Amino acid sequence: MRKLSLSGWIGLVMLATFVLLGVIGPWIAPHSPTTIDLGNRFAPSSGAHWLGTDRNGADALSQLLWGARAALRISFVVVAISAVIGIALGTIAGYFRGIIDDILMRVVDILMAFPGILLNIAVVATVRKPGLGVVIFALCLNGWVGYARVIRAQVMSLRERDFVVAARAMGARNRRIMWLHLLPNSLAPALVQMTFGFGGVIAVEASLSFLGIGPQLDYTWGAMLEQGTAHLWKQGFGIRYAMYGGLAIMWVVLAANLLGDGLRDLFDPKRRGR
Amino acid sequence: MLRRLGLGIIAIIGVSTLVFLFLHMVPGDPVDHLAGGEATPEQRAQIEKCMGLDQSMAGQYVHFLGTIADGSLGHQCPDPKGKPTVLARILEVMPSTIVLALAGMLVAIVLALPLGVLAAVRRSTWVDTVASVVALSGLAMPMMLLAPLLLLWFFVDLGWLPGPTEGGAAALILPAIAIGVHLMAMLARMTRASMIDVLDEDYVRTARAKGLAERSVLFKHALRNALLPVITVAGLQFGSLLSGAIIVEKIFARPGLGLTLLTAISERNYPVVQGTVLVIAIIYVFVNTMVDLAYGMVDPRIRRA
Repeated sequence: MRKLSLSGWIGLVMLATFVLLGVIGPWIAPHSPTTIDLGNRFAPSSGAHWLGTDRNGADALSQLLWGARAALRISFVVVAISAVIGIALGTIAGYFRGIIDDILMRVVDILMAFPGILLNIAVVATVRKPGLGVVIFALCLNGWVGYARVIRAQVMSLRERDFVVAARAMGARNRRIMWLHLLPNSLAPALVQMTFGFGGVIAVEASLSFLGIGPQLDYTWGAMLEQGTAHLWKQGFGIRYAMYGGLAIMWVVLAANLLGDGLRDLFDPKRRGR
Repeated sequence: MLRRLGLGIIAIIGVSTLVFLFLHMVPGDPVDHLAGGEATPEQRAQIEKCMGLDQSMAGQYVHFLGTIADGSLGHQCPDPKGKPTVLARILEVMPSTIVLALAGMLVAIVLALPLGVLAAVRRSTWVDTVASVVALSGLAMPMMLLAPLLLLWFFVDLGWLPGPTEGGAAALILPAIAIGVHLMAMLARMTRASMIDVLDEDYVRTARAKGLAERSVLFKHALRNALLPVITVAGLQFGSLLSGAIIVEKIFARPGLGLTLLTAISERNYPVVQGTVLVIAIIYVFVNTMVDLAYGMVDPRIRRA
């Protein structure tokens, strides 16, 4: 049995920490993330507020924890929806080929021939007060493309293999072949893609929040970065507050990359150490 | 080649249609924002007419295509006569963004190549470890954090480099680093992988066996061949630098395509949003097509059709 590399394990533990905090964060948060306490704005860290407060006097630690929940929810939903759509379309296109495949690949080409985040911005920007739903929709709109490409390539190489040919010779129907033979055997690269995707979605969502066109919440990590840089020249507050959000984002993106690299080496030993 | 070009044009039309549809499907009246609270019905009607909002959806789409065809990308409302066309407004800020993206590309390549080559040559030593930690940090570091940190260190604390309000070439350095570090990390990892592959090749072993100096083997035989995929990816990532410009321009308050887009979004100035998105898409598709063609010229194995 092959083993996950050390850096892969580190990534896994880091990612698990994030997921755990995202789930329990709001319960262990000492305060509300949206308190307005104007007598206590821009406070440095203290016993009551371990990481200080923001421009409204809200507790920064609580914002970080609620931000983890928001980040987890968005990335989980976006990755899940994108992966399901991408895997389904990729399997169908790779298995049936022909016109379905042609159309799908043209759509993929169009979406790839365009900087992804710009499309996200354009979509989100059209809504005056984008909620979580709009952001999720925008991110899924081009998020499925990567999965579809990976799975299609995998299915195309699998469909000529002996076990698939044998299954077909035994009279298995298309749906059965796709569900029982092709899908389970092409999930490994999809899992790698999902791991990287996790970090990617969080980074893009943070950019949207930072630009002020994300979900209109005060405590997403991107919004914390935005508030920090907006008050960058405020001694003792700006960069410290920006760091909270920034390092949290970095934590998750780093974790996703470490685990993604580890899983890729695990499933494809030829690449190991490359 | 023609096919490649056709694909690019289809992509541009597809994306701009998508943007058009979203902008016009969503509820919310842009006139409210542009006209302000005290607008008379006549003023509102004037703006509506100027933006073409009094026409049907299909009519607006035809109008939209028309503004692309005549190259103006439409007029800015509410007063089309006093203000320049959208294209003029975009052309005014475009050079600044292109320069920023090119400078970022330069930073990325200049830093990534030594890092990647060193890591490959000293594979599995501490040098390799340090290089991969640097690359991974660069990959994970959000630009929104890196940019303010750079500003604080080099502008406020050290006073070495000019801040956001100053002009001149030196003012380009910090934004270029901020925008280029992510690509630097990607390219360093690619250079390392590509170098390791090439160093395993027979012709490198032959070069070593015939007693060539290690430096000559590395730079003449290995690096030249390892560079091809790296340069291609660098070219294909030019578009991602353009989207990075949106964030960097906001932080450094640098006029450019990104800042224009953000302003237009907050003003709900649809013609400018559409125009900017379209122009960025065109640059992106153009650069990608060029890179593909150049790649075919450099590497005859790729040249087909």
